[in-house]
Formats: sequence, structure tokens, C-alpha cells
Amino acid sequence: MQTPTLFALLLLLILVAYGTGFRRAVSTARSLGGVRNLAALPSYYGLYTALWCGLPALILLGAWLVFDDAIIRAMVLNSIADKPEMISGQNLLYAQIQNLAAGHLIGEKSPELQSAADYFSLLRSRSNNLQAFLSLVLASGLAAFALLRLSPKLRAREKVEKVLRIALIACACAAILTTVGILLSVLFESLRFFQSVPVTEFLFGLHWSPQMALRADQVGSSGAFGAVPLFTGTLMVSAIAMFVAVPVGLMAAIYLAEYASKRVRSLAKPILEILAGVPTVVYGFFAALTVAPFIRDLATSVGLEASSESALAAGLVMGIMIIPFVSSLSDDVINAVPQSLRDGALGLGSTKSETVRKVVIPAALPGIVGGVLLAVSRAIGETMIVVMAAGLAANLTANPLESVTTVTVQIVTLLVGDQEFDSPKTLAAFALGLMLFISTLVLNFIALHVVKKYREQYD
Amino acid sequence: MSTMTLDAAGRTDTAQSEVAGGQLMTNRAAVRETVGQPFCDTAKLRMRNVNVFYGETQAIHSVGLDIGQNEVVAMIGPSGCGKSTFLRCLNRMNDTIEGCRVEGELSLDGDPIYGPKVDVVPLRARVGMVFQKPNPFPKSIYENVAYGPKIHGIASRRADLDEIVENSLRRAGLWNEVKDRLDKPGTGLSGGQQQRLCIARAIAVSPEVILMDEPCSALDPIATARIEELIDELRENYTIAIVTHSMQQAARVSQRTAYFHLGHLVEVNDTETVFTNPEHELTEAYITGRFG
Repeated sequence: MQTPTLFALLLLLILVAYGTGFRRAVSTARSLGGVRNLAALPSYYGLYTALWCGLPALILLGAWLVFDDAIIRAMVLNSIADKPEMISGQNLLYAQIQNLAAGHLIGEKSPELQSAADYFSLLRSRSNNLQAFLSLVLASGLAAFALLRLSPKLRAREKVEKVLRIALIACACAAILTTVGILLSVLFESLRFFQSVPVTEFLFGLHWSPQMALRADQVGSSGAFGAVPLFTGTLMVSAIAMFVAVPVGLMAAIYLAEYASKRVRSLAKPILEILAGVPTVVYGFFAALTVAPFIRDLATSVGLEASSESALAAGLVMGIMIIPFVSSLSDDVINAVPQSLRDGALGLGSTKSETVRKVVIPAALPGIVGGVLLAVSRAIGETMIVVMAAGLAANLTANPLESVTTVTVQIVTLLVGDQEFDSPKTLAAFALGLMLFISTLVLNFIALHVVKKYREQYD
Repeated sequence: MSTMTLDAAGRTDTAQSEVAGGQLMTNRAAVRETVGQPFCDTAKLRMRNVNVFYGETQAIHSVGLDIGQNEVVAMIGPSGCGKSTFLRCLNRMNDTIEGCRVEGELSLDGDPIYGPKVDVVPLRARVGMVFQKPNPFPKSIYENVAYGPKIHGIASRRADLDEIVENSLRRAGLWNEVKDRLDKPGTGLSGGQQQRLCIARAIAVSPEVILMDEPCSALDPIATARIEELIDELRENYTIAIVTHSMQQAARVSQRTAYFHLGHLVEVNDTETVFTNPEHELTEAYITGRFG
């Protein structure tokens, strides 16, 4: 039986189990004189039965799907007398067997391979049948067991809620485990990188040129992995972005929260937030094709030298991209400042602007700082705009008119295309990723902490 | 219109509503005119024919009232009767509420309160306000009190400012409790201390009138007693209008009491008269606890 069919059948069984449990509970309740005499509502009895029916069977099915390939593979390979020693050789052989079984293999077919393929097909079909049989038997058996246990005194609600609580915990863990998983995978690759390039050279080296000679006789640089130019580039682009985004975003937020009428606010806020919905690639076009040439021409006309890809262009456009982020967060925080504070200030004879400058903004400041820090981590992690507008040259410079490159851009260029996954060049991407991950993590942590502290102040 | 005719009209209304008997709450005719003495000779604040609307709803119906120099006037009445709304007209705090419209003649020492040429900022510096919930700014105690003098340029030198802060805190009866921690946040004080800080903040700008909107409703009895004491002391220098839900408080702190009912000003009289021998039967019903 195919897996989708099996799933459908199981689903049907679960529905039947729910219905049966529900009806059983209702009829019991009727004979007792009302639902009130049951320990839980009838729907909980239904859910209880359905959970007994579905959950173990689905877990079994899931485990089966995860493990059956590995088991079949081991059994097939064991059946072959002279299998290769190397794992890659085994992989190749197994792939051949699979293709042969599926009828895709063209070319010579050794009898040994053919028999292995037959064995593979046999195991596959057996596995499928066994899987269907076991899960259906398990589902119906446990459903029957649950139905037998149904009684007016059974606290079905508590048991169902316990299962649901475990499910909720599992969902919460999924996000955390993913983060941990990403961190670990990046960490291990980075450690491999640091075996070939010392940490100190990576962190403090001033020269970045990751090209490695592929063969020993090739002419080429041996690669330099000093990431300081990337860090400074990232910092410069982010700083320019924040120079644009913080004042504009904050002013916009102040206008929206304090001065705009309800009508203007209800129109302007969503429009401002549309900015956040523009794909970053589109911002990238804008930066590379409009802003960067404009800046270059402008700089040339005042007698400055500017490259056609500049930190300034990327930073400006990134700043515009972040404006809604800053304004939306700040707007929320400013709105959260209690009206009583504004009344207090106005009641003392403050003007509107004094009230905003001296009372509302200072009161909202921690939250605004939190929002800005979140925006900074967004700017540091932003990739597309800088790829398109800031260039690839790892210049160590403080001149925003020159082209710079950032950590994210280098990760992209290091990993784009076919790469060997054991050269320092590729592994450098993971080390950069680790740096990025740590810095944004720290920033987010601080930001969330600040925001939380601020919330407590008024609640 | 003189006080005499108002009185006469009021008495007629009383007679009519006695005929109406139990329909005390719904008898609108009974509250059309104010009885008692709403006006006085030494009026600091003069209000005539004040109507307030929230959008289409009329919250205040042609109220006329004087608040005399160095006098404490208490405004009492059941919830939603418009006393807070009326109070907030006196320093135009209603301006911050969208859709609120105020009609009528209101003046402070003869200067109009509403009008196209009136600047609300100096007005509010002259008419200070203390709110129901203590609302210290999230700044230090010192900065809370120094805020007003700073924005109005009352004190330019640090020493002057220090003096104003100390005097205001002393007059609010808070100095001894906070003098050692002026740089600590004002939000860290207890509720009663916060309210006294707000009063200190209000008197730091030397207003002429202080409006208090249920200043003790969030406080315990001991803190309330201190604030009431304070109000009595402040009367020497300021004119005070206080809205309160506690009739005992009105009786303790005020010289005159105004009773509001459903947006009408029903009766204004000496506090003693209102609480011992009210003229209007609605007032009597309220203070004897028959409703409200």
C-alpha cells in the first residue's frame, strides 16, 4: 500500500474513532441523565479515543519512514559479497541497485547486481505491506482499547489536555532546536576553518583575498583571510543606513503617534509599512542603477572621486528600507506612553513639542533604543542591497564613496556556484556566518532585554 | 440674570418635582436651573452658560459658576455627571480630546479662557492641574518638580531652581521624605508621595488656580488625609477647584460645594448648607445616599 493511501486510511480511522467515542459518551450521558454526569464533555471523549487511535500509529509510521531506507540499505549491501570498502563506493553501488530496481539503469547488468536489485524490490514491497498492516492494526487496536476504557468517570479532558500540552512544548522546542542546530553546524564548519586559518588572523588580519590556488602548479594567491575589511565595511554600510533610518523613522513615528489625525494615521501607517514589504532585491536595483550612479555623478561634479559602487549608495538605500522598521516599532512604543503623562505635561503649560521632546520621548526612549538595535541587527544581516550596490572589493577604507564589501556579501560570493566543501575558501563563509550570527544574536538579546525592561515600567 | 431669580426658579422646580414624586432621576425639569449661590463677588474664575459636547452628545448643559479668590470649591455628583468634564474646561485640557466642543463664556480674572486669540500655554501655567492617577514623569524627583519652571523660563540659575524645587516640595509636604533622594526616579515613590509630588510639580510654576480631579481616589486613607491637609494649607495662596467622589472629603476641604447631576449644575451653596440643609431635593437625595 502506498504511503499517501495509508495516511488517508489512518485519517479516516481517526475520524471514526472520534465519532464513536463522542457518540458513546453522549449515549452514556443520556442514560445517566445529562452530560453533566460525565467527567468531561463528550467531545473530549471523542478526542481521547481519536488520540489513542491516531497518535501511536502516526508515530510508528513516522519512525518507519525515517528508518526503513537505512535498514533496507544495510540489508541489501550485506547481501552482496564483494562490496567496496569506501562509503562513497557503497553509495554508488546502492544507487545503481536502486536505479536498476526502478528500471532506469542503462548499460551492462551483472547478474549479481540484478539479484541485489530484486532483493531490494522485495524488501521494499515487504516493508510497505508490513508498515500498512502494523499501523492499521495498531490504530484500530488502540482505538478499541480506548473505547473499552471510556466510562463516565474517565477524566478525558485532563488527558487530552496533557497530550496537547506536550504537543505545544514540542512546537516550541522545534524553533529552539533549529536555532541550536544552525548554530552547531556553523560552529563545526567554522572550527574546521580555524584549523587551517588561525582565529587571530581571521579576526585581526587586514587583508581579505579568499582565492586559493586549486592545483599546486597553478599561479595564484594563497588566500588571505583577514576579515577586518569586511567588518569595517559592514559597520560603515550599517552606520550609514542607521544615519538615514533612525532620524527619519523616529520623526515619522513622532508625527504618526503625536500629531497625525486618526484618519491620516490610518492611511499613512500601512503605506509606510508597504516599504517593509518591498523585496530587498528591488531595493538592490534601485541602489545599483539609480542611487549609486547619482552619487558618483554628484561626487564627480563637486570634484570628488567616487566609485560607481559605493558604501554610501548601499547604506542610503538600506536606510530607506529600514525606515518602516524603526518607525513602526517607535510608533508602538510612543503610543504605549500613557496619556496621563502627556496630560501632566500639558497641564503644566507645556507646548505640544515640549511635551513630546521632554516627556514622551524620554519616557519611550528605552523602547526606541530597543527598536533601533533590532533595526541595526537587520542592517548587519542585510545582503541583497549590498551585493548589488556596495561592490565586492574588500577595501579597508573610511571613505563612503569607495566600494566596500560586507560580511554577508562575502558569504554569498564564497558559496555561489560549485564549491569544494573542504577548502578554507568555502569554510571561511561559515566562520563569517558565525560572526554574523553571534553579533546579531547579541544585539537582539540586548534589544529584547531593553524593550522588556521598558514594558515593565508601565504595566 | 440675578441670583434671586435663579433661586425663585429653583424653588418652583423643587415644588414641581415633589409632585412628580419618585421620578427623581428622570425628572429633567427639576434640574433646569441652578439653586443656591453659584456666583460670588471675588470671582477668580467666571463661567457663564457653559455647554460641552462630545461629538453629538451634550455632556454639560448651560452651567454658570464662579470660583472665588482663595476659595476651595468642591464639585460632587454621581459618576458621569460631567464634573470632571467641567473641570477640564477650566484649563482647556478638553482640547486634547478629539470631538470635544466647549461653548460659553469662561474667564480667568476677566481674561477669556476660550477664543481664537487665547494662547493655551500661559493659561495652563496659570491654571495648574492635579490628576486622578498620580502621573509623575519617568524622571528624577528633582527633575519632576523642576520641569515646569524650566520650560517656562522661571528660573535660569541652578540655585534659583534648587530653591523653587525645595519650596514646592516643602509646601507639598514632601520635602522631609525625599530630600535625601532627589535624584531617584519619581515613579519609585509610593502612591501618596507620587500624588504630593504631582502637587509640588503643579505649584512649582506658581499657578493662580489649581484644579484637582479626584486627587485622592487612588490613595489610602492616610495619604488622603495628608493631601486634604495640604489642600487646606494651599488655600492661602491658591484658588482651588476639586472634583471628588467622597462627600466627606468635600465637606472637609471646601468652602463651597457644587452638585452636578446629568450634566446640569443643580445646586451651589456653602459647603455646610449643602451637607446640612440642601436646597434642592436631588442634592439631598445624593448626599443622603439615596442614589449615586
